[in-house]
Amino acid sequence: MRTLIRDIRLIDPEAGRDAPGALLIEGDRIAATFDRPAPEGVEAERVIEGGGKCLAPGIVDIGVKVSEPGERHKESFGSAGQAAAAGGVTTMVTRPDTLPAIDTPEVLEFVTRRANDASPVRVLPMAALTKGRQGREMVEIGFLKDAGAVAFTDCDAVVTDTKVLSRCLTYARSLDALVICHPQEPGLSAGAAASSGKFAALRGLPSVSPMAERMGLDRDIALVEMTGVRYHADQITTARALPALDRAKANGFDVSAGVSIHHLTLNELDLGDYRTFFKVKPPLRSETDRMAVVEAVASGLIDIISSMHTPQDEESKRLPYEEAASGAVALETLLPAAMRLYHAGHLSLPQLFRALSLNPSKRLGLETGRLAAGAPADLVLFDPDAPFVLDRFTLKSKSKNTPFDGQRMEGRVRATFVGGKQVFGET
Amino acid sequence: MTFRHRHLLGIEQLHPEEIRTLLDLADQYVDLNRREMKHSEALAGLTQINMFFEASTRTQASFELAGKRLGADVMNMAMQASSLKKGETLIDTALTLNAMHPDLLVVRHPHSGAVSLLSEKVNCAVLNAGDGRHEHPTQALLDALTIRRRKGRLHRLSIAICGDVAHSRVARSNIILLGKMENRVRLVGPPTLIPSGAADWGVEVFDDMAEGLKDVDVVMMLRLQKERMDGAFIPSEREYFHRFGLDAEKLAHAKDDAIVMHPGPMNRGVEIDGTIADDINRSVIQEQVEMGVAVRMAAMDLLARNLKAARAEQGVMV
Repeated sequence: MRTLIRDIRLIDPEAGRDAPGALLIEGDRIAATFDRPAPEGVEAERVIEGGGKCLAPGIVDIGVKVSEPGERHKESFGSAGQAAAAGGVTTMVTRPDTLPAIDTPEVLEFVTRRANDASPVRVLPMAALTKGRQGREMVEIGFLKDAGAVAFTDCDAVVTDTKVLSRCLTYARSLDALVICHPQEPGLSAGAAASSGKFAALRGLPSVSPMAERMGLDRDIALVEMTGVRYHADQITTARALPALDRAKANGFDVSAGVSIHHLTLNELDLGDYRTFFKVKPPLRSETDRMAVVEAVASGLIDIISSMHTPQDEESKRLPYEEAASGAVALETLLPAAMRLYHAGHLSLPQLFRALSLNPSKRLGLETGRLAAGAPADLVLFDPDAPFVLDRFTLKSKSKNTPFDGQRMEGRVRATFVGGKQVFGET
Repeated sequence: MTFRHRHLLGIEQLHPEEIRTLLDLADQYVDLNRREMKHSEALAGLTQINMFFEASTRTQASFELAGKRLGADVMNMAMQASSLKKGETLIDTALTLNAMHPDLLVVRHPHSGAVSLLSEKVNCAVLNAGDGRHEHPTQALLDALTIRRRKGRLHRLSIAICGDVAHSRVARSNIILLGKMENRVRLVGPPTLIPSGAADWGVEVFDDMAEGLKDVDVVMMLRLQKERMDGAFIPSEREYFHRFGLDAEKLAHAKDDAIVMHPGPMNRGVEIDGTIADDINRSVIQEQVEMGVAVRMAAMDLLARNLKAARAEQGVMV
């Protein structure tokens, strides 16, 4: 089966190119790309007219919370997979902060089975770094890696005992496993619901200094230097942490960093009168910090943008701000929100898809994230200019906790392909 | 009359003219409260429920008395003892109460923003009696009334707010109100008890009492909220009293006619020396309590008028 997608803008993050062209899919792979919108002499069973829209490698989203096992009423692999397909996410790299945590090969196998049955997009699970994410004993990193864990992380639970963490990292190093940490000094950030500053103080919210992130990152980088592990910081959200990240990379450590779409497109003022849908972890930062991390994505210092998709039900959000649960759903809003950065002139489309697709694929050693012949045909066709007002009840996620509810967005996914098969959009 | 609000959630939403309206009405209620017959019918037939999710004696008593003097049916609910223990959420509690058709709901809650959240779910007027570290609007209004009566004006005064600003909703509401009325506000306290970012609020910040109190018209002391201390914000009570407790020596730096205020309850010998607190020439602490009842009567009166007007507009029986 050959499918030709014609008359499109090819967004190639590898080449840094955004140019008219066409693309041919054969089976589950990309067969060829063309620099003419209507190449001649190409035979295909199916021809899709792109109408000048953009075609980019599908998003590889590191850090998606699917609430299975434990809280299926918040999100299942079925609903998350549908949301991902509608959002142009072709690979969900799932978090282990479930109930129970994914910390044994048996739980991981359950997750993999459920995922394969229910999700139309690829699912690559991560496993916890320590048992129960308690920060005391390491998990069976070897067995879990063999069972398919692509990375090891305790998510937002920081391993406070540096002796435990150093042993985990040393052991992970011997298996060449990727470890993802949440850079944060947990003592300083204990009890905090907001970033410290004029606004949080006026709202009377317990807050944490942005410095806590740098302190956590500094500690982690020292342990990386000590152990030589492959390390990824899940979210770098403050200006003060950036020089430390820059130095670590300049020193040649195997270090990368991510940031959530919310920290790139929202700031602390958005939480307004205690709007709990804006409560995320770490808390939203100042506009100065936001702009600094946007620039860091543009320069490549921050490698990866992710959704940090975290479903929460209405009950856990309809509470006073301090008591409300953290997190926001974002699989479907990741791409339209990212378009804000494009329309504001901060990032080009190839730069965006470098951080959304290419870099996460490279970091996990995947073939996806490219528009090259031979690469898997994981693709997203989207219109970067299509305007709409987001109604959270139209989201495919079971949970509707998006901070973008009622907001004007630009950018809609028209079709999503996983392994050459269309999983979303009009056929 | 200028007062266009359905709820009294904070000072932040009030216009200076609305603050003046409320204080003018409160002045009238001060006169009423000093008469033998202290009764008005402004809230006759209305139901007032006081919901306190956090322990309170004086604020609750003040609201209760204010409601009763205006003829309302007043009910007190000590919430920390009841449904919260049974796991009911704030919203469910609000909906349950709403079904009882209250007209005025007076709410205190330990979390910032909780009163505002509750106000979105009920059909009556909500008065914030303190939410977390956020606001305590009637306290700021009674402080303003006290200052205006003593100083003859509520503008171009120099006012020092001293002590545990970080944990104080009283401080926040006062800073906002005094700023709106064009006064110069100073915050004085150890840096561990001054919120980060306070310097950007348009106030001056001092960590020395002598400097902070220099030539001020009003010294506003805050309670050192012991129950709010997670850990060691200050080394000890005695060092705190030595450096930040208000005594005659420190007060001497203020203007000769400076008044001393405290929202109560006082920790004598911690943030304030007993002799200063009892000095009838300087301390207006008892007067603040008196003004509290009048201000709360004024606030509930204004909200009840707006509530009745809104209901009349909707064609609902009043």
